[in-house]
Amino acid sequence: MVEFGGWDMPVEYTGITDEHLAVRTRAGLFDVSHMGQIELAGPGALPAVQWMTSNDASKLAIGQVQYSALMADTGGFVDDILVYRQAADHFLLVVNAGNIMKDHEWIAAQARAHGDVSVVNSSSRYALLALQGPAAQGILQPLTAVDLAAIRYYWFATGEVAGVRATVSRTGYTGEDGFEIFVPPAQAERVWDAVLQAGGKAEIRPCGLGARDTLRLEAAMRLYGNEMDEHTTVLEAGLGWIVGWQKGSFLGSAKLQAQKTQGVERKLVAFEMRDRAIARHGYAVTAASGPVGIVTSGTQTPFLKKAIGLAMVPVALSAIGTKLAIDVRGRPAEAEVVPEPFYKRQKAR
Amino acid sequence: MYPSDLKYTKDHEWVRLQGSEAAVGITDFAQRQLGDIVFVELPAVGRQVKQGDVFGTVESVKAVSELFSPVSGEVIAVNPDLSAHPESVNAAPHDAWMIRLRPSAPAEADALLNADAYAALVK
Repeated sequence: MVEFGGWDMPVEYTGITDEHLAVRTRAGLFDVSHMGQIELAGPGALPAVQWMTSNDASKLAIGQVQYSALMADTGGFVDDILVYRQAADHFLLVVNAGNIMKDHEWIAAQARAHGDVSVVNSSSRYALLALQGPAAQGILQPLTAVDLAAIRYYWFATGEVAGVRATVSRTGYTGEDGFEIFVPPAQAERVWDAVLQAGGKAEIRPCGLGARDTLRLEAAMRLYGNEMDEHTTVLEAGLGWIVGWQKGSFLGSAKLQAQKTQGVERKLVAFEMRDRAIARHGYAVTAASGPVGIVTSGTQTPFLKKAIGLAMVPVALSAIGTKLAIDVRGRPAEAEVVPEPFYKRQKAR
Repeated sequence: MYPSDLKYTKDHEWVRLQGSEAAVGITDFAQRQLGDIVFVELPAVGRQVKQGDVFGTVESVKAVSELFSPVSGEVIAVNPDLSAHPESVNAAPHDAWMIRLRPSAPAEADALLNADAYAALVK
């Protein structure tokens, strides 16, 4: 067990490789109850969400989910979040464990300018289980009357799972099909056990933080604190697609607009190692002049069996095919900038 | 669990002395701590190492760890199988040797831990 965002969490159950492959080929179940939930409700909720997040929340239908940035006024990330529209004037934000208190204070402070909106940290009211993998729907459907096939990617529905009141969204952090299931903490263990039992034939695996990290990295999904923070802008993180350029001004939008016009100076890139080495978080990307960039995440991936990673580099080194020199414990190792994601599932639906 | 014909370091390497050679690997405890091993970096044959010197690195999905030589000597072989099958260190840690040395001071091994003492260390 390791301490993570104030929670004791398993790094692995049966092994990172075993769990990772289970999610890519069958199914895996993660306890991600450490994630936080902050809700905004009231007539001012939509304007408040529009002001403090990068994406255009007005485009969300009720029952739809959106990936977004909780913005700092510098154009950087206070956090990266999921925005669930539960009603016309009710939004649920899923935030990172380590940022819950900071986010809550920031959201409450920013919301004050938007009239009648209440901001509640409801993290203690939800446990969150993530069932991920191609077999996810087949495993979960017998446990719920909710028609899972009708839930499209980044949509959610409410109902019961294993007899427990639940919100089920077709979302995840693995690059695989699957669901995230919000349940009351007191009943979480019952749902966990029921899903594992239902997945027995599919050889489901309980999965820990280790596989969660290797899976998200294969899918080139960003991790707050590694790829982004308050000093990294949404565009530098390569997430221009979560900016609602048409929605008008919002927190940090002037900085993003300027970067869009002038171009960024540095950029997150995906790389594969060409030399036999693994570049890890914090290793320097070097040039003749010295360190010029930094590896934000890196590992040997269990499914692709390649050493891959993400790095923040000067834009001059960001083109696909560019060779990067990475300082691997004192020795230079060659990597090459490649298109992202490293892994993309075959879409069955 | 820990074979009695091996000697052990507090850094979780083992050494097996056989005639004029010494085989070196990492212990079952070490491989369990590391998890799935994906890369073993080993020295060039002919290199001289001293007891306690770093002779290579072992990397798992989640961590990288240095390898310390249990005894001094010249590297006379590296395990050629580990390049393609680093996971054999997980499967059979006390058989998956990493390097063979020609010890220059075999008596150094006397000061290492025996199997019982090592088992007590990692208990």
